[in-house]
Amino acid sequence: MSAAHLQLDRQGRLLHFLTVEGLTRRHLTEILDTAESLHGVAERQVKKLPTLHGKTVVNLFFEASTRTRTTFELAAKRLSADVLNLNIATSSAVKGESLLDTLRNIEAMQCDMFVVRHEQSGAAEFIARHVKPHIAVLNAGDGRHAHPTQAMLDVFTIRRHKPDFPSLRVAIVGDLLHSRVARSLIHALNILGVGEIRAIAPRTLLPAQVETLGVQVFHDPRHGLREVDVVVMLRLQRERMEGALLPSESEFFQRYGLTEERLALARPDAIVMHPGPINRGVEIDSRVADGPQSVILEQVTNGIAVRMAIMSITLGHHARAIGENA
Amino acid sequence: MGDAEFLIEALAGQLRELLARRGIADPALVGIHTGGVWIAERLRRRLGILTPLGQMDIAFYRDDFSRIGVHPQVRPSELPFDVDDRHIVLIDDVLYTGRTIRAALNELFDYGRPASVLLAVLVDRGGREVPIEANAIGARLELPSGAQIQLSGPDPLQLHLRTT
Repeated sequence: MSAAHLQLDRQGRLLHFLTVEGLTRRHLTEILDTAESLHGVAERQVKKLPTLHGKTVVNLFFEASTRTRTTFELAAKRLSADVLNLNIATSSAVKGESLLDTLRNIEAMQCDMFVVRHEQSGAAEFIARHVKPHIAVLNAGDGRHAHPTQAMLDVFTIRRHKPDFPSLRVAIVGDLLHSRVARSLIHALNILGVGEIRAIAPRTLLPAQVETLGVQVFHDPRHGLREVDVVVMLRLQRERMEGALLPSESEFFQRYGLTEERLALARPDAIVMHPGPINRGVEIDSRVADGPQSVILEQVTNGIAVRMAIMSITLGHHARAIGENA
Repeated sequence: MGDAEFLIEALAGQLRELLARRGIADPALVGIHTGGVWIAERLRRRLGILTPLGQMDIAFYRDDFSRIGVHPQVRPSELPFDVDDRHIVLIDDVLYTGRTIRAALNELFDYGRPASVLLAVLVDRGGREVPIEANAIGARLELPSGAQIQLSGPDPLQLHLRTT
């Protein structure tokens, strides 16, 4: 069974959230609509809902990431869940047995949800295969494979500004090769019927056969950025690069960095996004990152509502699945 | 079962009298999704209330999340006024077990501390499972637990009764 199937129950409802791949427009729209109704919680006197009261969420981070962990933690807490943060240092390879041992130990603490981040592709899926049936698993980023909650907060942010997906042109710029964000985002945009998706990058930073994902490839941002509605800049993943894939950061900025001049090629009301953390002066100029078209900080805020939505949907389906079997 | 407008008329009359008796000049109405919002819109017009209408979807406050999860068509709650020290009228279509109102009260108090809360419902069908009663009621019906009563709308507003 593939990850895409593993995350659904027999009625096709989300039990885990491992990858955007294989999901339908209905799944994604349910997440976006639920997130929309959770978005206002942050503006109330009491920024908390009782939905997951009495549930325990474990943030299982094998790879450091302060912001992603913090937004998952805040999302769980705003739903009244108890949160446990475990940062587990590991060697680069998944040692099947030791990971399983870790899992059994945490399971023994009566948890309801694992939020998993791991440098190895497939780690969250591995955990979802082996957890007890009442536990929901969310993928918070696995290797180069997927980062589905980031993709959902990206499309949520796009929808809040530009809801007419069929007419949209979205450009994804930079290091697509190492980017799990880009892979998940391309799948999500395709499922939601976005009109045109462009990948703008040097040949060395594009995955093989990237066109098969349903994107149009450009090597020159002067052509690729023309008339786009959304520009998604990717972080240059220096830490994931092996060998000489690009000459230098300054040369990358010169050719691909998003400057005000380049942004002027896009539509005048285009929005600029970035999954963070940004490398100022490497993939994006500070004047653009902090400029009026940037929605980068909005993405962070939206990430909380979107993660709350995914948590309540998956745990809710576990409730139903268990109820139906009884 | 038919047209619900005459029940709205009755409910509006009761509510008008109740508010006058309590000396509440400009209450804020809050409808509970979906039927409660349709009724609240009509009551607001009939009573000439100026404060914009509040809407609540109590999906995240239900007490049966562990059994049925979150409703897939949850809508945003919106209270476009300051709840602190306001007189609030909570409005729903059918009062049955009382659990929805308990959830709605919990949600309301997460927005602030109202001066008072009144409950107005189109139909009270009995069958309470928690100690909650309405202050204004369009009609009282004693229905067996197997029966279902539902409001459709928004135009026209119609009540449907099904007994199994």
